Amino acid sequence: MLLLVLKRILLGFITLFIVSLITFSGVEVLPGDACTTYLEREAYGAALEACYERLGLNTPAHERYISWAAGVLQGDFGYSLSGEMRINDVLGPRVKNSMVLASASILIGIPIALLLGIITALWRDKLPDIIISTITIFSMTIPEFISATLLILIVAIWLEWLPGIVIVPTGVSISELLPNIILPVIAISMIMTAHMARMVRSSVIQVMASDYVQMAILKGVPYWKMVFKHVLPNALLPAINVVALTIAWLLGGVVVTEVVFNYPGLGRLVIESISNRDLPVVQALAIILASIYVSINLIADLMTLMLNPRLKSLQIKK
Amino acid sequence: MDSAVQTINNLTIGFTSQKGKQISILKNISTTIKKGETVGIVGESGSGKSTLALAMMGYVKHGLYTISGECLFHSNNLLEMKNKDLENIRGRKIAMIPQNAGQSLTPNLKIGYQIDEALKLHTDLKKEERDKKISELLNKVRLPSPEIMAQRYPHELSGGQQQRVAVAMALAGNPELLLLDEPTTGLDVTTQAHVLELLNFIAKDTGTSMVYVSHDLGAIAQVSDRVIVMYSGEIVLDGPVRSILKNPIHPYTFGLLKSIPKLTSPGLPDSMSGSQPQPGTIKTGCSFYERCNLAEDNCKNNSPTLEYIDDLNTSVRCFKYKELINVKETNLDTVKSINNDVLQNEILDISKVSISYAKQKFIDQLLNKIDDSNPTVKDINININKGETLALVGESGSGKSTILKSIAGLLKTKDGMIMFDKDKVLSNDLKMRDPGFLRAIQLIFQNPDESLNPNHTVEEIVSQPLRLYFGLKGDELKQKIIEVLEKVRLGEFYLTRYPRQLSGGEKQRVAVARAFAAKPDIILCDEVTSALDVSVQAAVLNLLQELKEDFGTTYIFVSHDLAVVRAISDRVAVLYQGRLCEIGPSKNVYQLPSHPYTEVLLGAVLEPDPDVKPKLVAEDIVEEKPPEKGCSFQGRCPRILGDICKNEVPPWQIGENGNSIRCHIKVEDLKKQQNIN
Repeated sequence: MLLLVLKRILLGFITLFIVSLITFSGVEVLPGDACTTYLEREAYGAALEACYERLGLNTPAHERYISWAAGVLQGDFGYSLSGEMRINDVLGPRVKNSMVLASASILIGIPIALLLGIITALWRDKLPDIIISTITIFSMTIPEFISATLLILIVAIWLEWLPGIVIVPTGVSISELLPNIILPVIAISMIMTAHMARMVRSSVIQVMASDYVQMAILKGVPYWKMVFKHVLPNALLPAINVVALTIAWLLGGVVVTEVVFNYPGLGRLVIESISNRDLPVVQALAIILASIYVSINLIADLMTLMLNPRLKSLQIKK
Repeated sequence: MDSAVQTINNLTIGFTSQKGKQISILKNISTTIKKGETVGIVGESGSGKSTLALAMMGYVKHGLYTISGECLFHSNNLLEMKNKDLENIRGRKIAMIPQNAGQSLTPNLKIGYQIDEALKLHTDLKKEERDKKISELLNKVRLPSPEIMAQRYPHELSGGQQQRVAVAMALAGNPELLLLDEPTTGLDVTTQAHVLELLNFIAKDTGTSMVYVSHDLGAIAQVSDRVIVMYSGEIVLDGPVRSILKNPIHPYTFGLLKSIPKLTSPGLPDSMSGSQPQPGTIKTGCSFYERCNLAEDNCKNNSPTLEYIDDLNTSVRCFKYKELINVKETNLDTVKSINNDVLQNEILDISKVSISYAKQKFIDQLLNKIDDSNPTVKDINININKGETLALVGESGSGKSTILKSIAGLLKTKDGMIMFDKDKVLSNDLKMRDPGFLRAIQLIFQNPDESLNPNHTVEEIVSQPLRLYFGLKGDELKQKIIEVLEKVRLGEFYLTRYPRQLSGGEKQRVAVARAFAAKPDIILCDEVTSALDVSVQAAVLNLLQELKEDFGTTYIFVSHDLAVVRAISDRVAVLYQGRLCEIGPSKNVYQLPSHPYTEVLLGAVLEPDPDVKPKLVAEDIVEEKPPEKGCSFQGRCPRILGDICKNEVPPWQIGENGNSIRCHIKVEDLKKQQNIN
C-alpha cells in the first residue's frame, strides 16, 4: 500500500517535470522573448542588451531551465515582467481567492449535485426526474458567459441585491470577499452541479439495476435501507474521481466566469499574463495548475482504493 | 392432501413496445406449488422462466407489468401487495437464490453482514444469537471456518463459495418457498454437483418447497419432483420428472432431450432447426409450429390449450401429443457417430510448452525472458494429426484456454516449441509470425456477442479475412462472402445485418464463417457452444462437424462440458492446473480405469435422467495455484498415495485402452480401485 502511494507520487513528479519542460520549451520556441515584449518598440541595441543582461537571457536555454527549476523546487518562481514583482507575491492572493471561490462552490454544489442525482435516479422517469433532468440539461447547455451575464442583469442590475462585478482589490480579506462571490458561485455551480447530478444519476441507475440490488429487494430489505446500504456506497464510488476533476477545474479552469465577474482568481491571471506576454508568470501558472491536477487526482485515486474493498485487497495481495 | 404454497392463476406479464403494442412475455400461466415439493422450470433463454420465478416473489422487472392474472401466496396476491407487506414476505416466507451469486452479493458489504441483515429483518434474535446463527448457517452450507468466512467480502470467495453464501442467506429467514434461478449455471461441473447435492439435502432437511429454474435438464433431473417446460412464455408441458424426461409427450421437449449430448450415447446429437420466436411475433397458432416436425395446418391456425392427461398426471399443450405417447425412450438415441478422416500426418506439435502469467521484472523484460519456477501451464506435449479433433477439457483454471491462446500466438510461451506442419516453427511473437501461418490457424471464441464487432455488418465481418489473406475485391469478394455464408447455412439475406439483429446461434454461425473464410488448416474452438441454448448448441456442433468433413480441417476444441467433448472429439486431453493428467482416444478416456481427476470429472457429469445420480468423489476445493512440486492433483485426489504424490511428478503410463495416464498409481491398481467403487 505504502509502496503504491510512493509510486504514484513519483509518477506525479515525473508528470510535473514533463509539464515544466513543455512549457519552458514552448516559451523558448515562440518568436520574441520577454525582453522584446517588455521593451516593445525600443527593443533594439543597448536597451535590449541591458534587458537580456538583467533577466539573464544571455545564458543558454538549458542553463536557464536548470536555474529556474531549482528555484521552483525551493518555491521561488522568480520575477514577473510587467510589474517586476516577485511572482510569489502575485500568485499568493490569487491562489487564496481561487480557493475561496472553489470551496464555496464545492460546499454548495456537491451536496446539491448528489441530492439531485440520487432523487432523479430513484424517481427515474417520474415527475421529479423529468423536471430536474430538464433543468440540469438547460443549465448544462447554456454557456457560462450567458448565464453569468443574465445573473448580473437580473440580480445586480434589476434587483440590485448584490454587486455585479468584483471591484475589491486582489489582496482583500475573506470576509470582505464573501458577498462578492455569491454570483460567481451560482454561475459556476449551475454547470458543475448539472454535470455531476447527471453522472450520479446514471451511476445510481446502473447500480439499482444490478443483481445485488434486486437480491436485496428480494431479501425483503426495506427501501431506504437498501438505498443507503446497498446502492449509494457502490454508486458514489465512481463519483469521487469526477468530484476531484471538478475541484481541479474550479481552481484554474473557470476562466470565463472569472473574467465576466472580474474576479481576481487564478483563471483570470492566466488570461492576463498571456495577453501581457508575461512569460515567467505563465510558466509558474502552468506548473501550479498541473500540480493541482496531479495531487487532487492522486488523492481521489487513493480514496477510491481505500473505499473499495475489492481494489483494497487486490493491492494488499500484490 | 398436499396444501398449496403458491398458486398462479392465468398470469400474463408483458411490456409495451415502442410502437405502443402490448407484448406478452408470459402468457396465461397457471400452476400450483405444493408444500414440500420441488418443481423444476426448464426452458431456453427467452422462454420467460426467470420472469415467472420473480413474479412468484411479487417482483416485476423495470419496464414490465402485470397484464392479467394473479400470483397467490397462500391466499394473498403478491402482485397487488404493497411494498411494505412484500418486505415481510420476501426473505421470510419466500427466499430467492440468484443465478449469479458473484453479482448478487453487494460488493461493499461483508458476507456476515449480508446474512445478518436477513436475520435482523426476519427473526427476533439478539445480536449474540444472530452471530451464532450466522456460523450455523455457514456451517450448514458446508463452508469451512464460518467465523473467518463471515468477515470476508464477496469477491474474496470462489464461485462455489459465493453460491453457498447465497443459499445460507436464503435460509436465514426459514422460508416456506425457495426460488432458485439457475443456481448452478456458471459453476464448474464438480462444484455444480456439490451444490445440487447440498440443495437436495436442504429440501429434505427443512421440508421447504423449491422452484428450480434452469436451462439445464441435467440439473433439473437431479433435484425436481415435477417439471414444467416453458416455451415462448407458455407452459407446454407439466408433469412428474420421470415421465417428462423419459417419455416427453411434447415435441419441443422431445427435441430438446434429443439435442443434449450424453455420455452414455456418444456421437453428435440431433439438432432442432430454427430458434425460439421473439416475443410478440406470433399471432395465431402454436408457438412451436415453425420448428415442429409433427406440425400440420391445424397447428398453424389454432393455438392448442394446456390439456391434462389423467393417466400420465401430465398437462401438455399440443394437438398431436398422442403420437409421442408410445415413442419409447430408446428412440431418443438417434445420435450420429463421428467418423473423421484422420491422416497420420502431424500438423501441430506442441512440445514441452510452459506458459506463465507472472509479471516480468524490468530486467527480464529487457532480456526478454520469463522467470517463473511454477508457471500456470507446464510441460505440455501434444501432437495433433491432420483432420483430427482434439479436445482439451478441465475446470476453470485448468489452463485450457491459455494453451489455445499460445497456439494462436496471443500469449507468449515461456518454454517449449510449437511446430506447424512438421518442421515450421511457430514464433512466440505474433508479429514475427508468417501471415500464412496466421491464416492457417483461426480462432472461434466463446461469446459471439463479444467477438463480433457490433458496428460491422455480417458482410464486413466475413470480408475481413478474405481481403486480408486473399486480397479479394469487388464482385469476387461479394461472391465469396455469400459462398462462405451459405456454407454455414446463412444466406445472402444476412449480408446487411448487424450482429444485434441475429439470434445467438446465428451469431456463432457468423463467427464460424469468419474462421472458415480464411481456409485455415487448424481451427481453435474456445468453448464455442457454452453461451448457446441446448437446441442451438446441437446445431452448431453438427455444423462444425460437417464443415470439417468437407474441408478436412483440424479442430482443437476447448470445453468444460464433458458430454459435448465426447460427442465431437477423436482424442481428449484432460488438464488440471495447467498440467496434463490424461490423454487418449475419447472413447478410452471416458472409460475406466482413468486418471483420478478424470474419474472425478466423469462422476460429476449430470445426465438428464433422474435415476442416474452423480458420484461425488472429491471435494470441490478451489486451488489458486498449482503445487510447487509433485502431482498437480495432489490437493484434491481421493486416491492420494502419500509423500510420493507430493514430491514427485508422476510418470506417464499407458493404460490398457491406449490412453496415457499420468499417475503414481499403477494402471492395474487404478482398475481395481475404480471397479470397486
